[in-house]
Amino acid sequence: MIEQLLVKGLSLGAIYAMIAIGFCLLWQTSRLVNFAEGEFVTIPAFLMVLFYSVLGVPYALAILVAILLAALLLGFGMKKTLVDALITRGNTPFVVTTIALGFFVKDSLTVFATPEALSFPSMVRQVPLQFPGAVFSSLDLWNIFVAAVVIVGVSFFIRKSRPGKALQAVAQNREAAVIMGIDAQKMILLAFTINAVLVAFAAALAAPTYMVKYDMGNELGLKAFYAAIIGGFNQVRGALLGGLLVGLIETLTAAYISTQYKSGFVLLVLIAVILFKPEGLLGTKEQ
Amino acid sequence: MKALQVDGLKKNFHGFAALRGVDLYVNEGELFGLIGPNGSGKTTFFNCLTGILKCSSGRVVFKGREITNSAPDATYRMGIGRTFQLIELFPGMTVLDNMLLAMQESQGSMFSRLFRVREEANEQRALELLEFLRISHVRDELAKNLSYGQQKLLDFGMVLMSKPELILLDEPSCGVEIQMRQEMVHYIKELNRQGTTIIVIEHNMDVLMDLCTRIVVLDSGEKIAEGSPREIQNNQKVIDAYFGAEE
Amino acid sequence: MAQANQRMSLRSVLIGWGCALVLLLLPVLVFRSQYLLYLSSLTCIYMIVACGLNIVLGYAGQISLAQAGFLGIGAYVCALLGPVVTFWVALPLAGVICFIIGLGLGFPSLRVKTHFLAMVTLGFTVIVYLILVNEEKWTGGPFGVFNIARPKIGSLSFSSPASYHVVVALCAFLLLLLAFWALNSQWGRAFKAIRENEGRAEMLGVSLRNYKLMAFAIGSAFAGIGGALIAPLFGYIDPTMFALGFSFQFLLMVVVGGTGRFEGPLLGAMIMALLPEVLRVTEKFFPIIFALAAILIMVFMPKGSVSAVDWVYKKLTGQEEPHLTK
Repeated sequence: MIEQLLVKGLSLGAIYAMIAIGFCLLWQTSRLVNFAEGEFVTIPAFLMVLFYSVLGVPYALAILVAILLAALLLGFGMKKTLVDALITRGNTPFVVTTIALGFFVKDSLTVFATPEALSFPSMVRQVPLQFPGAVFSSLDLWNIFVAAVVIVGVSFFIRKSRPGKALQAVAQNREAAVIMGIDAQKMILLAFTINAVLVAFAAALAAPTYMVKYDMGNELGLKAFYAAIIGGFNQVRGALLGGLLVGLIETLTAAYISTQYKSGFVLLVLIAVILFKPEGLLGTKEQ
Repeated sequence: MKALQVDGLKKNFHGFAALRGVDLYVNEGELFGLIGPNGSGKTTFFNCLTGILKCSSGRVVFKGREITNSAPDATYRMGIGRTFQLIELFPGMTVLDNMLLAMQESQGSMFSRLFRVREEANEQRALELLEFLRISHVRDELAKNLSYGQQKLLDFGMVLMSKPELILLDEPSCGVEIQMRQEMVHYIKELNRQGTTIIVIEHNMDVLMDLCTRIVVLDSGEKIAEGSPREIQNNQKVIDAYFGAEE
Repeated sequence: MAQANQRMSLRSVLIGWGCALVLLLLPVLVFRSQYLLYLSSLTCIYMIVACGLNIVLGYAGQISLAQAGFLGIGAYVCALLGPVVTFWVALPLAGVICFIIGLGLGFPSLRVKTHFLAMVTLGFTVIVYLILVNEEKWTGGPFGVFNIARPKIGSLSFSSPASYHVVVALCAFLLLLLAFWALNSQWGRAFKAIRENEGRAEMLGVSLRNYKLMAFAIGSAFAGIGGALIAPLFGYIDPTMFALGFSFQFLLMVVVGGTGRFEGPLLGAMIMALLPEVLRVTEKFFPIIFALAAILIMVFMPKGSVSAVDWVYKKLTGQEEPHLTK
C-alpha cells in the first residue's frame, strides 16, 4: 500500500517539480517572481484541448503544437512584452503585474472559452500494472517517466550546452557573466522559453487527472511556489527535490491524516523551512 | 583621553587580507588623517570601525568603551558619524527631510515618534546646520535635484545632525570643484574647533596638509608611517608606496 | 521634473478631513436605494482594508497576501463573538487579534527577503481558509454563519442600510484619519527613507525590522476591522468569501490606485467597488478589464491612477497637487 502511495506521490511531485524548476530558472536568471506560473500551465492545457478536442488535430501533434505555441507565447512573447517593460523596476511591480496577468488569463478563459471543466485524454491508458509485491497505476509510472526524461533533458542542456552554461553563468553571477560578454537578456529569454516548455509538458501530464479548467493553475502554481521555497530557489535540484517532497507529503497526508488538510501539512513544512532554513533545503544563502 | 584606540585590527575577505593588524589611536579633538594608495584598506578600516563589516580580529575602543563589531546603527547612536565616498542620500525626499531623518531615530522610541516629539527642536537644529553649510536656501528641494557639491554638503550635514563626537569623513573633497573644496576645509576645521574629533581619508595632498595635525599611512592593509604632515611628506616608505605620483 | 512637496497648513488639513467626513456620510442623505447604500458601505470597507495594505505595500515596501485571511478572521470574530460580547466589543477585538497575529506572522518572516513575506502570507491565507472550511464545529464549515446581527446601542438599532452605513462610514473616517496621522508623523519619514535607501536608513538608526513589522501589524488590524464590518453588512459569511483571490484583489486595488500615496488605495477601492456598477453593461467583462487595466497601469503608469488625477489637477490649476503625506 505504501509503495503505491509513494509512487503516486512521486508522480504528482514530478509534475510539480517541472513547474517549480521552470519557476526557479526564471528567478535565477532574472530575479523575477512569476505569480502567473499556474496560468502558464493552464494556457498550454487549453491549447491542447483546442487542437485535439475542438479542431480534431491528432493527439501527439496537438500536444506538440501546444508546446511550440507555449514556447512562443510564454517564452518569447512574455519576455518581449512584460519582462522587458518591467525588469528595471524591481521585483514588486513585476509580481503585481503577474498577479494581474493571472487574473486576466483566468477571467478571459471563463468568459471567452468556458468556465466548465474539460477533459483531456492521458498519453497512456490507465491500467493497474502488476509488479512483484505491489500494483501501480500505469499513469503514475508514465508521468514519472516523462517528467524524468524532460527534467534530465533540460538539466543536460543547461549543464552541457553552450547556451546552457551561459545561462548558468548569468544565474550565478550576472555582473560577471555580462563582463565576460554573455548577453543577459538572451539568457532570460532562454529561461522563459525553457520554462514554457516545462510547463507545457506539465500541462500535458496534469490535464488528464486535473481536468482542464480556467482555475487549474491555482493549485498547480501554488504547489510550484511551495516546492521552490521548500527545495530552494537558487538551485534547480532544489526545485526538483521540493516538487517531489510536496507531492509525497500531500499524498501521504491525504491517505494517513485527512484529505482536507493535505495542503495544510505542506504549508506547515513550508513555514518551518522559511523559519529555519529560509534559503530552502538545498538552497544556498545569497550574499 | 583617547577618542579612539584600535589594536591589531585584521580583516580578511576569503583569504584576501584587507587589513593586517592595524594599530592606531586618535586623541580627543584631533583632526586626524588616514591616507594610502588605492586598495590599501582605508575604507575597509572605516567599515570595520562602524560595524558595517565584522572584524576578523582586533579591538576597537571608543572613549574607553569597547565597540568591536557593534551594529552600524549602534555605532551611530554611540556618537560616531560617517560619510561615504559614494553619496548615499534619500533622493526623493527634501533636503530638510533628509536632515530630520538623520536625527529622529536616535531619539525616543517608535511610539514617541508617532507624536513628533522634538520635531521642532530638530527642525531648528537642521536649519542651523543648513545655514552653517550655506545650503539652507535649497531646504525644500528634493535631494536628487541638488548639484554634486550640494549633495556632499547635505551628506555632511546629515552626519552632523546627531552631534557625533567622532566623525569619519571618507574623501570629502573627492569629485568636488576647487571653490567648494575650500569651503569643505573651512567647515571641517570649524567643526574641529568646536571640539569634534575627526578622521579624514583623503587623496588630495593639499587638503590633507591644510587640515590634519597627524597622519597615518596605510599600504596593503598595514600601517607604514605615522606623524605630522611634513614628516609624512618626506618619508621614503610613503613615497615608495605611492610611487611618488600624488599631486 | 518633480517639484518639492508643499507642506500643508493645519487649516487645509482640517478642511480636507471635514469634507471627507461629509462625503462619507453623504450617501445616507442622498441615496434612497438599499443597494446604493450597501455599495457605499462596501466602498468604505474596501477603503479601510486597502489603506491598511498600502501601509504595508506602499510605505513599508512589503508584498502581503494576508488581507483575505485577516478579513476572514475579523469577520468570523464578529459573527461568532458578536452575539456574546456585542458588536461594539467584537469590532475592536477583531482589530487587536489581527494586530497580534500580524506581529507573530511578521516577526520571523521579515528577517528574510522581501518575497518571502509574500509566500508566508499566502500560506497563512490558505491555512485560515482551510481552518474556516474544515472546523465545522467552530466555524460552521462550508455552510458559513447566518443571521449576523447588526449592532445596536440599547434600543437604538443600526440595522437599516442607512444607519449601518453611518457606523461603517464613521469607522472608515476614524481609521483613515488614524492612518493619515501616523503616516504624517516621523513614521512617514522613516518609511519614505526605507523606500528610498534602505541601507543608509539603517545606518542612520532606522530599525527596518520594527517599521516593517509595525506596518504589517497595522495592515493586518485594518483588514481585521474591515472583516468585522463586512460580516453584518452581508448578514451571512462563508469561507469562500475569504479565499486567496480576495487578497490578490486588494493588491490590485492598491496598485491601480497608486502605492505609497495616501489617496491611492482610496481611489483604487472606489474603482474596484463602483466601476462594475457604472459599467453595468460589461459586468461579465469587468474582472478582465480590471486585470488588464492593472497590467497596463503597472507598465505605463507605475504611480497608479492618482498620477492621472495629479495630471488633471495640474492642467486645471497649473500647480502641482500637494501630496497628502510626505
